[in-house]
Amino acid sequence: MFPSRLPRSYVNYTGRTFFRLLFTIQGIGAFALITFGVMISKFGRASEVIRPLVRKEISRSGVKLLPMFIFMSAALGLLVIGQMVSLLSRVGAVDYLGTVMVVVIVRELGPLITALLVLARVGTQNVVELGTARATGEVEALEALGIDPMHYLVVPRVVGMALGTFALTIYLILGSLISGYLWAFLQGVPMRPGQYLEQLASSLTWIDFAFLALKTCGFGAVVAMVTCYHGLAQPLRLEEISNATVRAVAQAVIACVMFDALFIVLYLIVS
Amino acid sequence: MTETAHPNETAAATNASTQPVITMREVTVKSLRDQRTVVAEQVNWQVNAGEFWAIAGLHRSGKTDFIMLAAGVMAHAHGEHEFLGERMPIFPEESLAHRLKLGLVFDGGHLFNHLTVAQNIALPLQYHRNLPAAEVEPALAELLELTGMKEFARSRPCAMGRSWQQRAALARTLALKPEVLLLDSPLSGLDQRQQNWWLAFLERLAKGHPYYSGKPITVVVTTDNLWAWRGRANRFALLADGRFDVIGRWADVEKSNNPLVQELMSPAETTVNI
Repeated sequence: MFPSRLPRSYVNYTGRTFFRLLFTIQGIGAFALITFGVMISKFGRASEVIRPLVRKEISRSGVKLLPMFIFMSAALGLLVIGQMVSLLSRVGAVDYLGTVMVVVIVRELGPLITALLVLARVGTQNVVELGTARATGEVEALEALGIDPMHYLVVPRVVGMALGTFALTIYLILGSLISGYLWAFLQGVPMRPGQYLEQLASSLTWIDFAFLALKTCGFGAVVAMVTCYHGLAQPLRLEEISNATVRAVAQAVIACVMFDALFIVLYLIVS
Repeated sequence: MTETAHPNETAAATNASTQPVITMREVTVKSLRDQRTVVAEQVNWQVNAGEFWAIAGLHRSGKTDFIMLAAGVMAHAHGEHEFLGERMPIFPEESLAHRLKLGLVFDGGHLFNHLTVAQNIALPLQYHRNLPAAEVEPALAELLELTGMKEFARSRPCAMGRSWQQRAALARTLALKPEVLLLDSPLSGLDQRQQNWWLAFLERLAKGHPYYSGKPITVVVTTDNLWAWRGRANRFALLADGRFDVIGRWADVEKSNNPLVQELMSPAETTVNI
Protein backbone atom coordinates (compact mmCIF):
# COMPACT_ATOMS: atom_id res chain seq x y z
CA MET A 1 0.00 0.00 0.00
CA PHE A 2 2.76 2.40 1.00
CA PRO A 3 5.97 2.80 -0.95
CA SER A 4 8.81 0.89 0.69
CA ARG A 5 10.77 4.09 1.13
CA LEU A 6 9.24 7.43 1.92
CA PRO A 7 10.29 10.31 -0.32
CA ARG A 8 13.14 12.29 1.15
CA SER A 9 12.02 15.55 2.64
CA TYR A 10 14.09 18.69 2.63
CA VAL A 11 14.65 18.33 6.39
CA ASN A 12 15.89 14.75 5.93
CA TYR A 13 18.25 15.85 3.21
CA THR A 14 19.62 18.72 5.28
CA GLY A 15 20.04 16.48 8.31
CA ARG A 16 21.85 13.80 6.35
CA THR A 17 24.14 16.36 4.72
CA PHE A 18 24.87 17.96 8.10
CA PHE A 19 25.78 14.64 9.73
CA ARG A 20 27.90 13.64 6.72
CA LEU A 21 29.73 16.94 7.12
CA LEU A 22 30.30 16.24 10.83
CA PHE A 23 31.66 12.76 10.10
CA THR A 24 33.98 14.17 7.44
CA ILE A 25 35.29 16.84 9.83
CA GLN A 26 35.81 14.14 12.46
CA GLY A 27 37.61 11.90 9.95
CA ILE A 28 39.90 14.63 8.64
CA GLY A 29 40.57 15.85 12.19
CA ALA A 30 41.55 12.34 13.34
CA PHE A 31 43.69 11.89 10.21
CA ALA A 32 45.47 15.20 10.92
CA LEU A 33 46.12 14.25 14.54
CA ILE A 34 47.52 10.87 13.51
CA THR A 35 49.74 12.57 10.91
CA PHE A 36 51.13 15.05 13.46
CA GLY A 37 51.60 12.19 15.93
CA VAL A 38 53.61 10.21 13.36
CA MET A 39 55.59 13.35 12.45
CA ILE A 40 56.66 13.78 16.06
CA SER A 41 57.12 10.15 17.07
CA LYS A 42 59.06 9.24 13.91
CA PHE A 43 61.02 12.47 13.59
CA GLY A 44 64.40 11.70 12.03
CA ARG A 45 63.51 8.02 11.44
CA ALA A 46 64.53 6.63 8.03
CA SER A 47 65.76 10.08 7.04
CA GLU A 48 67.62 8.62 4.03
CA VAL A 49 64.24 7.67 2.56
CA ILE A 50 61.98 10.43 3.87
CA ARG A 51 64.18 13.47 3.11
CA PRO A 52 64.39 12.79 -0.64
CA LEU A 53 60.62 12.36 -0.64
CA VAL A 54 60.17 15.74 1.08
CA ARG A 55 62.52 17.35 -1.47
CA LYS A 56 60.52 15.76 -4.28
CA GLU A 57 57.29 17.15 -2.83
CA ILE A 58 58.79 20.64 -2.46
CA SER A 59 59.87 20.46 -6.07
CA ARG A 60 56.45 19.23 -7.18
CA SER A 61 54.40 21.75 -5.22
CA GLY A 62 56.92 24.59 -5.42
CA VAL A 63 59.64 24.72 -8.07
CA LYS A 64 57.66 23.06 -10.87
CA LEU A 65 54.73 25.45 -10.40
CA LEU A 66 56.91 28.54 -10.65
CA PRO A 67 56.33 29.31 -14.38
CA MET A 68 52.56 29.29 -13.81
CA PHE A 69 52.97 31.50 -10.77
CA ILE A 70 55.05 34.06 -12.68
CA PHE A 71 52.16 34.39 -15.13
CA MET A 72 49.63 34.52 -12.27
CA SER A 73 51.58 37.22 -10.43
CA ALA A 74 51.64 39.41 -13.56
CA ALA A 75 47.90 38.87 -14.04
CA LEU A 76 47.09 39.54 -10.38
CA GLY A 77 49.06 42.80 -10.37
CA LEU A 78 47.17 43.92 -13.47
CA LEU A 79 43.76 42.94 -12.04
CA VAL A 80 44.18 44.76 -8.75
CA ILE A 81 46.02 47.84 -10.04
CA GLY A 82 43.87 48.10 -13.16
CA GLN A 83 40.74 48.38 -11.04
CA MET A 84 42.28 50.42 -8.23
CA VAL A 85 44.01 53.11 -10.29
CA SER A 86 40.79 54.24 -11.94
CA LEU A 87 38.92 54.16 -8.62
CA LEU A 88 41.61 55.84 -6.47
CA SER A 89 42.37 58.50 -9.13
CA ARG A 90 38.72 59.60 -9.05
CA VAL A 91 38.87 60.30 -5.31
CA GLY A 92 42.47 61.53 -5.35
CA ALA A 93 43.78 58.68 -3.22
CA VAL A 94 46.51 57.28 -5.46
CA ASP A 95 48.84 57.50 -2.46
CA TYR A 96 47.01 54.50 -1.03
CA LEU A 97 48.01 52.22 -3.91
CA GLY A 98 50.70 50.48 -1.81
CA THR A 99 48.30 50.06 1.11
CA VAL A 100 45.69 48.50 -1.16
CA MET A 101 48.29 46.09 -2.54
CA VAL A 102 49.26 45.01 1.00
CA VAL A 103 45.67 44.49 2.11
CA VAL A 104 44.51 42.71 -1.04
CA ILE A 105 47.60 40.81 -2.21
CA VAL A 106 49.75 40.22 0.87
CA ARG A 107 47.01 39.57 3.40
CA GLU A 108 44.32 37.87 1.35
CA LEU A 109 44.51 37.04 -2.34
CA GLY A 110 48.18 35.98 -2.51
CA PRO A 111 47.97 33.12 0.04
CA LEU A 112 44.46 32.04 -0.96
CA ILE A 113 45.11 31.95 -4.71
CA THR A 114 48.35 30.05 -4.12
CA ALA A 115 46.55 27.47 -1.98
CA LEU A 116 43.82 26.98 -4.60
CA LEU A 117 46.34 26.61 -7.43
CA VAL A 118 48.42 24.14 -5.41
CA LEU A 119 45.22 22.22 -4.71
CA ALA A 120 44.35 22.14 -8.39
CA ARG A 121 47.80 21.10 -9.57
CA VAL A 122 49.18 18.93 -6.75
CA GLY A 123 46.28 18.15 -4.42
CA THR A 124 44.31 16.36 -7.14
CA GLN A 125 47.46 14.42 -8.06
CA ASN A 126 47.71 13.35 -4.41
CA VAL A 127 44.23 11.87 -4.35
CA VAL A 128 44.76 9.98 -7.60
CA GLU A 129 48.20 8.66 -6.59
CA LEU A 130 47.20 7.61 -3.10
CA GLY A 131 43.80 6.30 -4.19
CA THR A 132 45.52 4.14 -6.82
CA ALA A 133 48.10 2.97 -4.27
CA ARG A 134 45.24 2.03 -1.96
CA ALA A 135 43.23 0.30 -4.68
CA THR A 136 46.18 -1.71 -6.01
CA GLY A 137 47.30 -2.93 -2.60
CA GLU A 138 50.48 -0.85 -2.32
CA VAL A 139 49.43 0.40 1.11
CA GLU A 140 49.06 -3.16 2.42
CA ALA A 141 52.45 -3.96 0.87
CA LEU A 142 54.02 -1.11 2.87
CA GLU A 143 52.41 -2.40 6.06
CA ALA A 144 53.66 -5.91 5.33
CA LEU A 145 57.19 -4.52 5.00
CA GLY A 146 56.86 -2.80 8.38
CA ILE A 147 56.77 0.66 6.77
CA ASP A 148 54.16 2.99 8.23
CA PRO A 149 52.12 4.31 5.24
CA MET A 150 51.45 7.55 7.14
CA HIS A 151 55.18 8.10 7.56
CA TYR A 152 56.11 7.14 4.00
CA LEU A 153 53.17 8.51 2.01
CA VAL A 154 51.57 11.32 4.05
CA VAL A 155 54.29 13.03 6.12
CA PRO A 156 56.50 13.97 3.10
CA ARG A 157 53.45 15.35 1.29
CA VAL A 158 52.31 17.45 4.25
CA VAL A 159 55.80 18.87 4.94
CA GLY A 160 56.62 19.34 1.24
CA MET A 161 53.32 21.02 0.40
CA ALA A 162 53.49 23.31 3.43
CA LEU A 163 56.99 24.51 2.48
CA GLY A 164 56.19 24.60 -1.25
CA THR A 165 53.03 26.67 -0.70
CA PHE A 166 54.92 29.07 1.56
CA ALA A 167 57.65 29.62 -1.04
CA LEU A 168 55.19 29.99 -3.91
CA THR A 169 53.12 32.56 -1.99
CA ILE A 170 56.22 34.67 -1.44
CA TYR A 171 57.03 34.54 -5.16
CA LEU A 172 53.42 35.31 -6.10
CA ILE A 173 53.27 38.30 -3.74
CA LEU A 174 56.63 39.70 -4.88
CA GLY A 175 55.69 39.20 -8.53
CA SER A 176 52.29 40.84 -8.06
CA LEU A 177 53.75 43.84 -6.22
CA ILE A 178 56.33 44.39 -8.97
CA SER A 179 53.87 43.87 -11.82
CA GLY A 180 51.38 46.11 -9.96
CA TYR A 181 53.85 48.99 -10.03
CA LEU A 182 54.60 48.37 -13.71
CA TRP A 183 50.89 48.45 -14.61
CA ALA A 184 50.44 51.62 -12.54
CA PHE A 185 53.43 53.16 -14.36
CA LEU A 186 51.94 52.22 -17.74
CA GLN A 187 48.64 53.82 -16.71
CA GLY A 188 50.49 57.08 -16.03
CA VAL A 189 50.27 57.17 -12.23
CA PRO A 190 52.81 59.81 -11.08
CA MET A 191 54.67 57.70 -8.50
CA ARG A 192 58.40 56.89 -8.20
CA PRO A 193 59.49 53.34 -7.18
CA GLY A 194 60.80 54.75 -3.90
CA GLN A 195 57.38 56.19 -3.02
CA TYR A 196 55.68 52.93 -3.87
CA LEU A 197 58.12 50.97 -1.68
CA GLU A 198 57.58 53.46 1.12
CA GLN A 199 53.81 52.96 0.92
CA LEU A 200 54.28 49.18 1.01
CA ALA A 201 56.70 49.31 3.95
CA SER A 202 54.49 51.64 5.99
CA SER A 203 51.49 49.36 5.49
CA LEU A 204 53.29 46.18 6.53
CA THR A 205 53.63 45.22 10.20
CA TRP A 206 55.34 42.29 11.94
CA ILE A 207 51.93 40.64 12.24
CA ASP A 208 51.68 40.51 8.45
CA PHE A 209 54.96 38.59 8.20
CA ALA A 210 54.14 36.22 11.05
CA PHE A 211 50.60 35.55 9.82
CA LEU A 212 51.75 35.17 6.23
CA ALA A 213 54.20 32.43 7.22
CA LEU A 214 51.67 30.63 9.43
CA LYS A 215 48.83 31.01 6.98
CA THR A 216 50.68 29.79 3.89
CA CYS A 217 52.26 26.80 5.64
CA GLY A 218 48.83 26.08 7.10
CA PHE A 219 47.16 26.24 3.69
CA GLY A 220 49.69 23.77 2.28
CA ALA A 221 49.21 21.42 5.22
CA VAL A 222 45.39 21.67 4.99
CA VAL A 223 45.39 20.91 1.25
CA ALA A 224 47.78 17.97 1.77
CA MET A 225 45.80 16.62 4.71
CA VAL A 226 42.39 16.74 3.01
CA THR A 227 43.65 15.25 -0.25
CA CYS A 228 45.70 12.53 1.46
CA TYR A 229 42.71 11.69 3.65
CA HIS A 230 40.48 11.14 0.64
CA GLY A 231 43.15 9.09 -1.15
CA LEU A 232 44.12 6.92 1.78
CA ALA A 233 41.67 6.83 4.63
CA GLN A 234 39.23 4.31 3.23
CA PRO A 235 39.62 1.32 0.93
CA LEU A 236 38.95 2.51 -2.59
CA ARG A 237 38.27 0.77 -5.84
CA LEU A 238 39.82 2.24 -8.97
CA GLU A 239 36.45 3.46 -10.25
CA GLU A 240 35.87 5.42 -7.01
CA ILE A 241 39.01 7.54 -7.34
CA SER A 242 37.43 10.17 -9.61
CA ASN A 243 34.60 10.75 -7.12
CA ALA A 244 37.07 10.87 -4.25
CA THR A 245 39.08 13.51 -6.15
CA VAL A 246 36.02 15.70 -6.70
CA ARG A 247 35.05 15.37 -3.02
CA ALA A 248 38.59 16.18 -1.91
CA VAL A 249 38.76 19.34 -4.05
CA ALA A 250 35.42 20.65 -2.78
CA GLN A 251 36.31 19.96 0.85
CA ALA A 252 39.83 21.36 0.53
CA VAL A 253 38.43 24.64 -0.91
CA ILE A 254 36.00 24.91 2.00
CA ALA A 255 38.75 24.04 4.50
CA CYS A 256 41.06 26.71 3.03
CA VAL A 257 38.35 29.39 3.14
CA MET A 258 37.51 28.48 6.75
CA PHE A 259 41.20 28.56 7.65
CA ASP A 260 41.48 31.99 6.00
CA ALA A 261 38.45 33.23 7.94
CA LEU A 262 40.11 32.07 11.15
CA PHE A 263 43.13 34.23 10.33
CA ILE A 264 40.94 37.27 9.61
CA VAL A 265 39.44 36.91 13.10
CA LEU A 266 42.91 36.42 14.61
CA TYR A 267 44.17 39.47 12.74
CA LEU A 268 41.32 41.59 14.06
CA ILE A 269 42.02 40.40 17.60
CA VAL A 270 45.79 40.92 17.43
CA SER A 271 45.75 44.25 15.62
CA MET B 1 47.61 -44.10 -3.55
CA THR B 2 50.26 -44.48 -0.96
CA GLU B 3 50.06 -43.91 2.75
CA THR B 4 53.76 -43.24 3.21
CA ALA B 5 55.12 -39.71 3.09
CA HIS B 6 56.91 -38.48 -0.01
CA PRO B 7 60.75 -38.79 0.43
CA ASN B 8 61.22 -35.03 0.02
CA GLU B 9 58.45 -34.40 2.47
CA THR B 10 60.17 -36.58 5.05
CA ALA B 11 63.40 -34.65 4.52
CA ALA B 12 61.58 -31.37 4.89
CA ALA B 13 59.81 -32.62 7.97
CA THR B 14 63.14 -33.24 9.68
CA ASN B 15 63.81 -29.48 9.44
CA ALA B 16 60.66 -28.74 11.41
CA SER B 17 60.86 -28.26 15.14
CA THR B 18 58.03 -28.01 17.61
CA GLN B 19 58.63 -24.32 18.31
CA PRO B 20 55.35 -22.61 17.41
CA VAL B 21 55.78 -19.73 15.00
CA ILE B 22 52.19 -18.82 14.16
CA THR B 23 49.37 -19.79 16.48
CA MET B 24 45.67 -19.17 15.92
CA ARG B 25 43.00 -20.17 18.42
CA GLU B 26 39.32 -19.79 17.56
CA VAL B 27 40.18 -16.96 15.18
CA THR B 28 37.56 -15.30 12.99
CA VAL B 29 38.90 -14.00 9.67
CA LYS B 30 37.07 -11.16 7.96
CA SER B 31 37.47 -9.73 4.50
CA LEU B 32 39.88 -6.81 4.18
CA ARG B 33 37.67 -5.08 1.61
CA ASP B 34 34.40 -5.62 3.44
CA GLN B 35 34.62 -6.10 7.19
CA ARG B 36 31.05 -7.41 7.30
CA THR B 37 32.03 -10.52 5.34
CA VAL B 38 33.34 -13.45 7.39
CA VAL B 39 35.92 -15.51 5.50
CA ALA B 40 36.50 -18.22 8.10
CA GLU B 41 35.45 -18.84 11.69
CA GLN B 42 36.91 -20.84 14.57
CA VAL B 43 40.30 -21.20 12.91
CA ASN B 44 42.70 -23.27 14.99
CA TRP B 45 46.13 -23.48 13.43
CA GLN B 46 49.70 -23.88 14.58
CA VAL B 47 52.73 -23.46 12.35
CA ASN B 48 55.99 -24.74 13.80
CA ALA B 49 59.45 -23.50 12.85
CA GLY B 50 60.79 -25.10 9.69
CA GLU B 51 57.44 -26.36 8.43
CA PHE B 52 56.27 -25.85 4.85
CA TRP B 53 52.52 -25.35 4.64
CA ALA B 54 50.28 -25.31 1.59
CA ILE B 55 46.81 -23.90 2.18
CA ALA B 56 44.43 -24.84 -0.59
CA GLY B 57 41.19 -23.22 -1.61
CA LEU B 58 39.21 -22.19 -4.64
CA HIS B 59 39.15 -18.62 -5.91
CA ARG B 60 37.17 -16.32 -3.59
CA SER B 61 37.50 -18.77 -0.73
CA GLY B 62 39.35 -16.07 1.24
CA LYS B 63 42.94 -17.29 0.90
CA THR B 64 44.25 -13.74 0.47
CA ASP B 65 42.39 -12.44 3.52
CA PHE B 66 43.58 -15.42 5.53
CA ILE B 67 47.24 -15.00 4.63
CA MET B 68 47.07 -11.22 5.19
CA LEU B 69 45.66 -11.83 8.63
CA ALA B 70 48.36 -14.44 9.30
CA ALA B 71 50.95 -11.83 8.26
CA GLY B 72 49.48 -9.29 10.65
CA VAL B 73 48.49 -6.84 7.91
CA MET B 74 44.96 -6.85 9.29
CA ALA B 75 43.52 -7.61 12.68
CA HIS B 76 41.46 -10.68 13.52
CA ALA B 77 37.88 -10.20 14.62
CA HIS B 78 37.82 -12.83 17.37
CA GLY B 79 40.11 -15.34 19.07
CA GLU B 80 43.85 -15.35 19.68
CA HIS B 81 46.55 -14.90 17.07
CA GLU B 82 50.23 -14.98 18.01
CA PHE B 83 53.49 -14.76 16.12
CA LEU B 84 56.53 -16.17 17.97
CA GLY B 85 54.63 -15.81 21.22
CA GLU B 86 53.61 -12.19 20.67
CA ARG B 87 50.04 -11.10 20.10
CA MET B 88 49.27 -10.12 16.51
CA PRO B 89 48.93 -7.72 14.79
CA ILE B 90 52.12 -6.07 16.00
CA PHE B 91 52.08 -2.32 15.47
CA PRO B 92 54.25 -0.72 18.22
CA GLU B 93 57.54 0.66 16.97
CA GLU B 94 59.54 -1.15 19.66
CA SER B 95 58.25 -4.55 18.44
CA LEU B 96 59.09 -3.84 14.81
CA ALA B 97 62.20 -6.06 14.75
CA HIS B 98 60.06 -8.95 15.97
CA ARG B 99 57.40 -8.18 13.37
CA LEU B 100 59.97 -8.11 10.55
CA LYS B 101 60.83 -11.77 11.16
CA LEU B 102 57.72 -12.41 9.09
CA GLY B 103 57.59 -11.62 5.37
CA LEU B 104 54.61 -11.62 3.01
CA VAL B 105 54.65 -11.90 -0.79
CA PHE B 106 51.36 -10.73 -2.28
CA ASP B 107 49.59 -12.34 -5.18
CA GLY B 108 50.73 -10.26 -8.17
CA GLY B 109 53.49 -8.61 -6.16
CA HIS B 110 51.87 -5.30 -5.17
CA LEU B 111 55.02 -3.46 -6.17
CA PHE B 112 55.23 0.31 -5.83
CA ASN B 113 54.59 1.60 -9.33
CA HIS B 114 56.41 4.90 -8.86
CA LEU B 115 59.68 3.07 -8.12
CA THR B 116 61.90 0.92 -10.33
CA VAL B 117 62.40 -2.76 -9.51
CA ALA B 118 65.76 -1.99 -7.88
CA GLN B 119 64.22 0.82 -5.80
CA ASN B 120 61.36 -1.46 -4.79
CA ILE B 121 63.75 -4.13 -3.55
CA ALA B 122 66.03 -1.63 -1.82
CA LEU B 123 63.20 0.25 -0.05
CA PRO B 124 62.81 -1.99 3.05
CA LEU B 125 66.59 -2.10 3.51
CA GLN B 126 66.95 1.66 3.18
CA TYR B 127 63.96 2.38 5.39
CA HIS B 128 64.69 0.04 8.26
CA ARG B 129 68.47 0.50 8.30
CA ASN B 130 68.39 4.17 7.27
CA LEU B 131 70.98 3.68 4.56
CA PRO B 132 71.60 5.78 1.43
CA ALA B 133 71.01 4.06 -1.91
CA ALA B 134 74.74 3.51 -2.52
CA GLU B 135 75.17 1.49 0.66
CA VAL B 136 72.49 -1.06 -0.16
CA GLU B 137 73.98 -1.75 -3.61
CA PRO B 138 75.78 -5.02 -2.63
CA ALA B 139 72.69 -6.48 -0.94
CA LEU B 140 70.56 -5.31 -3.86
CA ALA B 141 72.88 -6.94 -6.40
CA GLU B 142 72.72 -10.20 -4.45
CA LEU B 143 68.92 -10.18 -4.38
CA LEU B 144 68.67 -9.36 -8.08
CA GLU B 145 71.05 -12.21 -8.86
CA LEU B 146 69.21 -14.58 -6.52
CA THR B 147 65.85 -14.01 -8.18
CA GLY B 148 67.14 -13.61 -11.74
CA MET B 149 65.92 -10.03 -11.91
CA LYS B 150 69.19 -8.35 -12.92
CA GLU B 151 68.03 -7.30 -16.38
CA PHE B 152 64.85 -5.75 -14.94
CA ALA B 153 66.60 -3.67 -12.27
CA ARG B 154 65.80 -0.35 -13.93
CA SER B 155 62.36 -1.33 -15.21
CA ARG B 156 59.13 -0.01 -13.77
CA PRO B 157 56.75 -2.70 -12.50
CA CYS B 158 54.08 -1.78 -15.05
CA ALA B 159 56.53 -2.53 -17.87
CA MET B 160 57.02 -6.14 -16.73
CA GLY B 161 54.93 -9.28 -16.86
CA ARG B 162 53.12 -10.58 -13.81
CA SER B 163 55.61 -13.40 -13.25
CA TRP B 164 58.53 -10.97 -13.02
CA GLN B 165 56.58 -8.62 -10.80
CA GLN B 166 55.98 -11.52 -8.45
CA ARG B 167 59.69 -12.36 -8.42
CA ALA B 168 60.58 -8.74 -7.69
CA ALA B 169 58.12 -8.86 -4.78
CA LEU B 170 59.83 -12.00 -3.50
CA ALA B 171 63.21 -10.25 -3.68
CA ARG B 172 61.77 -7.23 -1.83
CA THR B 173 60.43 -9.46 0.93
CA LEU B 174 63.67 -11.46 1.20
CA ALA B 175 65.68 -8.23 1.57
CA LEU B 176 65.02 -8.25 5.32
CA LYS B 177 65.70 -12.01 5.60
CA PRO B 178 62.43 -12.96 7.30
CA GLU B 179 62.42 -16.24 9.26
CA VAL B 180 58.86 -16.96 8.19
CA LEU B 181 57.80 -16.44 4.59
CA LEU B 182 54.13 -16.25 3.63
CA LEU B 183 53.22 -16.29 -0.06
CA ASP B 184 49.79 -15.65 -1.51
CA SER B 185 49.20 -17.87 -4.56
CA PRO B 186 52.81 -17.73 -5.79
CA LEU B 187 52.06 -19.98 -8.77
CA SER B 188 48.92 -18.29 -10.06
CA GLY B 189 49.14 -16.99 -13.59
CA LEU B 190 52.65 -18.35 -14.20
CA ASP B 191 53.82 -20.46 -17.12
CA GLN B 192 55.37 -23.87 -16.48
CA ARG B 193 58.96 -22.61 -16.56
CA GLN B 194 58.22 -19.91 -14.01
CA GLN B 195 56.29 -22.38 -11.86
CA ASN B 196 59.25 -24.75 -11.84
CA TRP B 197 61.55 -21.92 -10.78
CA TRP B 198 59.25 -20.94 -7.90
CA LEU B 199 58.76 -24.49 -6.71
CA ALA B 200 62.49 -25.19 -6.74
CA PHE B 201 63.37 -21.88 -5.11
CA LEU B 202 60.84 -22.19 -2.30
CA GLU B 203 61.82 -25.79 -1.67
CA ARG B 204 65.42 -24.65 -1.39
CA LEU B 205 64.46 -21.87 1.02
CA ALA B 206 62.52 -24.31 3.18
CA LYS B 207 65.42 -26.73 3.32
CA GLY B 208 68.13 -24.13 3.79
CA HIS B 209 69.27 -21.75 1.07
CA PRO B 210 72.82 -20.33 0.92
CA TYR B 211 71.20 -16.85 1.14
CA TYR B 212 70.15 -17.84 4.67
CA SER B 213 73.54 -19.51 5.27
CA GLY B 214 71.84 -22.88 4.91
CA LYS B 215 69.33 -22.22 7.72
CA PRO B 216 65.86 -23.60 6.90
CA ILE B 217 62.99 -21.13 7.08
CA THR B 218 59.27 -21.57 7.61
CA VAL B 219 57.19 -21.25 4.45
CA VAL B 220 53.42 -20.93 4.05
CA VAL B 221 51.81 -20.75 0.62
CA THR B 222 48.22 -20.54 -0.55
CA THR B 223 47.25 -22.41 -3.66
CA ASP B 224 44.41 -23.63 -5.81
CA ASN B 225 46.44 -26.65 -6.94
CA LEU B 226 47.58 -29.01 -4.21
CA TRP B 227 49.34 -31.34 -6.63
CA ALA B 228 52.03 -28.79 -7.44
CA TRP B 229 53.16 -28.84 -3.79
CA ARG B 230 53.33 -32.61 -3.46
CA GLY B 231 56.71 -33.56 -2.07
CA ARG B 232 57.56 -29.95 -1.32
CA ALA B 233 55.14 -28.85 1.35
CA ASN B 234 54.95 -31.06 4.42
CA ARG B 235 51.67 -29.78 5.88
CA PHE B 236 48.42 -29.16 4.05
CA ALA B 237 45.21 -27.36 4.95
CA LEU B 238 41.95 -26.49 3.23
CA LEU B 239 40.05 -23.22 3.30
CA ALA B 240 36.50 -23.56 2.02
CA ASP B 241 32.95 -22.54 2.93
CA GLY B 242 34.05 -20.40 5.86
CA ARG B 243 36.04 -23.24 7.45
CA PHE B 244 39.74 -23.82 7.84
CA ASP B 245 40.63 -27.51 8.12
CA VAL B 246 44.08 -28.90 8.66
CA ILE B 247 44.43 -31.95 6.42
CA GLY B 248 47.86 -33.12 7.53
CA ARG B 249 50.63 -34.56 5.38
CA TRP B 250 50.44 -35.55 1.70
CA ALA B 251 49.38 -39.06 2.63
CA ASP B 252 46.39 -37.56 4.44
CA VAL B 253 45.61 -35.43 1.42
CA GLU B 254 45.53 -38.52 -0.74
CA LYS B 255 43.32 -40.33 1.76
CA SER B 256 40.90 -37.45 2.13
CA ASN B 257 37.29 -38.16 1.16
CA ASN B 258 36.55 -34.48 0.70
CA PRO B 259 35.61 -34.02 -3.00
CA LEU B 260 37.09 -30.52 -2.96
CA VAL B 261 40.45 -31.84 -1.77
CA GLN B 262 40.35 -34.41 -4.57
CA GLU B 263 39.48 -31.65 -7.03
CA LEU B 264 42.30 -29.39 -5.84
CA MET B 265 44.74 -32.30 -5.79
CA SER B 266 44.50 -33.12 -9.47
CA PRO B 267 42.34 -30.53 -11.19
CA ALA B 268 43.30 -31.67 -14.67
CA GLU B 269 41.98 -35.18 -14.10
CA THR B 270 38.65 -34.18 -12.59
CA THR B 271 35.65 -34.72 -14.81
CA VAL B 272 33.40 -31.71 -14.88
CA ASN B 273 29.78 -32.01 -15.88
CA ILE B 274 28.61 -28.85 -17.57
